[in-house]
Amino acid sequence: MNALEIRNLNKYFGALHVSRNISLSVPEGQCHALIGPNGAGKTTLIHQISGVLHADAGEIVLAGQDITTRKTWQRAQAGLGRTFQLTSVLPSFSVLENVALAVQARSGSSFRFFRPAAREKDLNEAAMETLERLNMADRAHVPADDLSHGERRLLELAIALAGAPGFLLLDEPMAGLGRVESAMLIDILADLRRTIPMLLVEHDMDAIFQLADTVSVLVDGQIVAQGAPEDVRNDPAARAAYLGDSGQ
Amino acid sequence: MIRVDRSFLLMALIFALLFAAPFVLPLIGQTYILSLLIKAMLLAIAAISLDLLIGQGGMISLGHAAFVAIGAYAAAIGLESGIENILVLLLLALLVSGLFALITGALALRTSGVYFLMITLAFGQMIYFTLTSLAPYGGDDGLTLWSMATFFGSDVVQSGGQLYLVVLLTLLLVWWGVHRLGNSRFGRVLRAARDNPERTEIIGFSVFRYRLTAYVIAGMIAAVSGLLTMQHAEFVSPSLAAWQRSGDLLVVVVLGGLGTRSGALLGAFFLVIVEEVLGSFIHEWRLIYGPLLVLLALHAKGGLSHLLLPVAAPARTGMPRTSEDNAS
Repeated sequence: MNALEIRNLNKYFGALHVSRNISLSVPEGQCHALIGPNGAGKTTLIHQISGVLHADAGEIVLAGQDITTRKTWQRAQAGLGRTFQLTSVLPSFSVLENVALAVQARSGSSFRFFRPAAREKDLNEAAMETLERLNMADRAHVPADDLSHGERRLLELAIALAGAPGFLLLDEPMAGLGRVESAMLIDILADLRRTIPMLLVEHDMDAIFQLADTVSVLVDGQIVAQGAPEDVRNDPAARAAYLGDSGQ
Repeated sequence: MIRVDRSFLLMALIFALLFAAPFVLPLIGQTYILSLLIKAMLLAIAAISLDLLIGQGGMISLGHAAFVAIGAYAAAIGLESGIENILVLLLLALLVSGLFALITGALALRTSGVYFLMITLAFGQMIYFTLTSLAPYGGDDGLTLWSMATFFGSDVVQSGGQLYLVVLLTLLLVWWGVHRLGNSRFGRVLRAARDNPERTEIIGFSVFRYRLTAYVIAGMIAAVSGLLTMQHAEFVSPSLAAWQRSGDLLVVVVLGGLGTRSGALLGAFFLVIVEEVLGSFIHEWRLIYGPLLVLLALHAKGGLSHLLLPVAAPARTGMPRTSEDNAS
């Protein structure tokens, strides 16, 4: 059984056909990378998988469960974690509280009205553990608003991980990071990918060659090439898309 | 940690003064002030519930007075039909207001921002006009009550001093309860949804359900204020649901300081005291009140609680950030 399977997904924005018969599958323990030029519809696809947008046709199956018509929060409850291309954290919360909120989502009901959440040991400990994994423990009590761009990208990932996802959608996690930070994040993801299957949207080719088992090239809403990173690198359609070469 | 202590100290002081008032004021012959304090406390209860919506939930409602009116009318109509026990009336008020909040909230929460404000205003007006057309219960003129609610036949919830204590205890309970709620798991999700609803959904929370629950809770608390208003005034009228009342509540909450229960309390006392003091000098007191609000809005960002406790109300507890804030 595949961790994630997408079958014939179609999406229109008015007359614009932004997802054209997209099919891809990610087996357990693998990282599937999605590349393509700007405006190819990568984020639109991620939005459809996470439920921010609904597909017009096709199926999305997560670990055997059809989630095509589920709401965003139900998909998250079903084990789907996601990070955003543009960092999306809770600026007025501390780093720890950002992560603790995500822990809260998977441990018991949050319709609890009386006990102070900030003093729940289980939540805080699980959140600290996640932060330690990402070397952020010393920033736990800083307001998320005061983090540097790189730290926010990490927090973004920490929030996704704290939900103990069965599958991760990563939308350009390296965007805006410097070399050193990128390298560190690649190491972290390389560690994660064996335990958590992931769909990775990325421009950074270094990252893709280090992380991806399979690569899909998306151009104008359509997958034009799919295969192992080496094969895709030599694929004429993929080269055309990236090098601006019409190939004729 | 100091900031928590100071904020609590101020609240402890206010509640201590309120507890002392009914024993001290009669000695100096100022029992009239008790009635004024009851008015302020009733306003504060409703304002705290609105602060739960606005300050914690980011749901700016302009129809909150409708819930006060629903509580008051549900209790008044119950009383007219022969139910005298205040606990039964309370149950009735909670039930009716909760149901109304559930239905209207489910519709209003399909929108947000200014559209949410318009829809809550519309539902508020609906209640207002429904009440004006309730001919058997006074219609436009309102309804003067000839009997009062009792506590299992006893009159402890009727006379001035004792009713004062009941209102004060209710206020204390509401203040504390909403304070706990704000810091609970539920409150955390509510604040997260205020700051970033999309992120909150992706984490795995149904923003709609949490907001709707908060809306129902806030409506029910406001109804309690309505029930006690009825008991205090021995009179109910549709003006309880007038949108100007909702506006007053909004002013109280914003003036006091968003997201800080203490702010709603301070704002309520400020409004009642200013109205009384200015009103005793000059008939057109609103001519002074208006510019005063403008000055406070300009110079006391974060509200009165921020003015009194400069460290107690950081901007972070305020409203969802605007794009302007983010850009800076």
